[in-house]
Amino acid sequence: MSGLSVLLLETTILGYALAMLSYAAEYAFGSRGVVARVATGERVLAGAGGPSLVEEPPPAAPAPVHAMAGAVAGRIALGLTVATWFAHVGSVVTRGLAAHRVPWGNMYEFVLAACLVGATAWLVLLARRPTVRPLGLYVTLALVLLLGTDALRLYTKVGPLMPALDSYWLKIHVSAAITASGILLVGFVAAALTLVRIGYEAGKDRFPYSLGDRLPGSDGLERLTFRIHAFAFPIWTFAIICGAVWAEAAWGRYWGWDPKETWSFVAWVLYAGYLHARATPSVKRSVATWIAVIAWVAMMVNLFGVNLVISGLHSYAGVK
Amino acid sequence: MSTQTLAPPTEDLPPDNKRVVMGLFRRLWRWLTSMRTALILLFLLAVAAIPGSVLPQRNLNQDKVSQYYVAHPKLAPWLDRLAAFNVFSSPWFSAIYLLLFISLVGCLVPRLRAHAVALLRVPPDAPARLDRMPAHAGGLVLDGAPAAAAQRLHALLKARRFRVRTRARADGSVTVSGEKGHLKESGNLLFHFSLLAILTGVAFGSSYGYHADRLVVEGPDQAFCNTLQQYDDYGLGTRVKPGDLEPFCLQLNRFQARYADTGEPLAYAADVAYTVGDGPERTTRIKVNDPLRLAKARVYLMGHGYAPVIRYTDRYGRTQTTVAPFLARDGLETSEGVAQFPDVNTPPTGRDPDHKQQVAFQGVYVPTANGKDAVSVFPAERNPVLVITPYRGDLGLDTGIPHSVYTLNQDEIASGRLTALTAAPLRLKPGESATLDDGSRVEFVGTRQWAAVTVRYDPGEQVVLAGAVCLLVGLVAMLFGRRRRVWFRVTGDGRASTAEAAALARGEYAGFNAEFEAIVREAGSS
Ligand code: HEM
Repeated sequence: MSGLSVLLLETTILGYALAMLSYAAEYAFGSRGVVARVATGERVLAGAGGPSLVEEPPPAAPAPVHAMAGAVAGRIALGLTVATWFAHVGSVVTRGLAAHRVPWGNMYEFVLAACLVGATAWLVLLARRPTVRPLGLYVTLALVLLLGTDALRLYTKVGPLMPALDSYWLKIHVSAAITASGILLVGFVAAALTLVRIGYEAGKDRFPYSLGDRLPGSDGLERLTFRIHAFAFPIWTFAIICGAVWAEAAWGRYWGWDPKETWSFVAWVLYAGYLHARATPSVKRSVATWIAVIAWVAMMVNLFGVNLVISGLHSYAGVK
Repeated sequence: MSTQTLAPPTEDLPPDNKRVVMGLFRRLWRWLTSMRTALILLFLLAVAAIPGSVLPQRNLNQDKVSQYYVAHPKLAPWLDRLAAFNVFSSPWFSAIYLLLFISLVGCLVPRLRAHAVALLRVPPDAPARLDRMPAHAGGLVLDGAPAAAAQRLHALLKARRFRVRTRARADGSVTVSGEKGHLKESGNLLFHFSLLAILTGVAFGSSYGYHADRLVVEGPDQAFCNTLQQYDDYGLGTRVKPGDLEPFCLQLNRFQARYADTGEPLAYAADVAYTVGDGPERTTRIKVNDPLRLAKARVYLMGHGYAPVIRYTDRYGRTQTTVAPFLARDGLETSEGVAQFPDVNTPPTGRDPDHKQQVAFQGVYVPTANGKDAVSVFPAERNPVLVITPYRGDLGLDTGIPHSVYTLNQDEIASGRLTALTAAPLRLKPGESATLDDGSRVEFVGTRQWAAVTVRYDPGEQVVLAGAVCLLVGLVAMLFGRRRRVWFRVTGDGRASTAEAAALARGEYAGFNAEFEAIVREAGSS
């Protein structure tokens, strides 16, 4: 069963990579009409929060051959992402079956599951707002990188839980952390692309701003970024609170500035700072968005830096 | 002392200077309570926490700080002067969060007042130009006179849980104003006040709580009571006196560990007996995620290991037994330690003033040996061996310098006052013994297990938890609450009316247009 899980993971990485290539093809052929134009031309209601990224379906694109090819590539990318998602679910489920427990007991499993949440969040987003599709290239890129690192660097054989993890809080706290991390991954992609697009709209044409050409308008992207973070932040808060409750039962104190706790705090404060900055009229949106990007860096330090470099009580990574 | 001398110095300043000082103060206060400053302080707080995870911290691991001193003898004292080994209790970290919380109070109090006013106020009247609003619809045709039509609109908004106010205007038109979503600001205030509550809880807990660590070996002779003398290490809150500790005593009856075949631990459990005050003895089981919860204090299982029992019969035939806890140095419980016998080999005629005849055994306990190496291959006791080197001489216990009880005093060995008696260590199985060069004997009787426990009491915990729950509730209300206003202006004659509608949302609200359209549609068909 654990062999099957690995096989499915390899399939998943391959699938996302192929989806990424198809997204890239869509990019190259440039079916701009389908996506970007509507988003940039979107009406913004001053002071009223405005509509979502784009609510009405996009008008038909002018249909030269290129755009047709682009649209086909886009549809293939979508199909591949959905099909790969099933393989991804399979990989997580078979891992759990092999271990006879929830499949998030070590770092390998954590990353595998967090990426699944990220992929799910992406698909939900895409279903609700088809116009965000140009982000797919970068979401799948992030998934391929993370899952690739997971498979190559973090793989751990199926094993029992260490006694410290043998608690129902594992299910609550860690699944909340995984959910928040997965959604924030998509939030990070949106934030980074918002910055690219803002730069592009300001006339910068160097890489990476040149990528902004194919992205939806920065206003819509920026609002999308906020929405994703506003959704994930309470989940992250919940995860930290549950972690504190668990720490009280396991280690005798709810908070002890263990490195994992410290970096969770740093990331939380930075995300709070982002939401705060966004609610502060005198802070430019691009500055606020930068804070979200930095907060994601803190999340990554928390995941990779703390587990692999700094040791602490949270030494359950299981990576040798 | 007259009140005059107590007055602030500004009293003595000429009016002009006073105004300058007050102005400066007001500017400072305005700066401190601005959201921008809060943002900067938040950022600083995040950055300031980082050294606490990168440098070793005294509150987590004193030994690592000592190691850092050895590795960086020049840098460490400087870092220490900057409180870099106590980041989270350092003056600069405290300064940042205290400023942040002052800023928070300064920001919240006026907002609380404004919000209370907003909650009591009726929805404001429709603005003169509804078509200037972000959402607007005109030309709705309604049945009946304006007053009757407005009444239906009033009911419609009420049903959608708006606060509604209908006003008849002098020109014969009627306006209906609806407002909804005060929850957003309520949530915002709840969230920010919860931050204050959490800080208060943390401060309260650290002043009135305490914690203490102790290693307990199995057996009634190794029981301990909750008094400071009996702890290896402790920390009392500033408001706790030693006599305040909850009176209980605890004994470890049996420690159990279960392992997978690979040697990975599956479960630890400590069976204990305890008494509180003069109460009856009770027994219970403490597990890793399941502490013993007394009325106030709680007892946590933090670690475990083996304690070899070693019996030494000195050259005069007197026997002493010691139980020496050894510390695991790897995951398979290869354990290191030392058993010391300071009061042996004193001649029946007198004393041993130079401590020349003290004896100790230092080495490794291997629960499952495999061949010759002093390394365990399994954490449970399948083939236990004690691999120890006997030493004789001065153990250096009287020097007054505290040092680890798990190793011999290295200074004594280096100076030759304490010497090894055998070139190769002795290997003893339980029940085996060996004779030393002076005819004395050492026997490895067997082992007992030990558990490391932490006793802790934190009265601020409930406050912090309540604060955290409120924070989360407030956060959700703040992020997903939507404040919006809807207006209708109804005009017409006695039989038919026309209405104009408009709406305004504050902040991010994706469904705003949809909601407004639904309301307008409903109004049109009412
Ligand atoms: C102590 C640390 C603080 C944290 C963690 C924090 C966090 C937050 C968060 C997450 C938001 C949500 C923004 C949104 O609705 O999207 C927010 C809003 C807000 N905060 Fe704070 N905050 C803190 C301190 C402060 C201080 C000191 C002030 C006043 C100077 C303040 C004033 C506000 C205001 C006015 C809003 C609402 C903005 C709006 O929605 O229009 N906060 N805060």
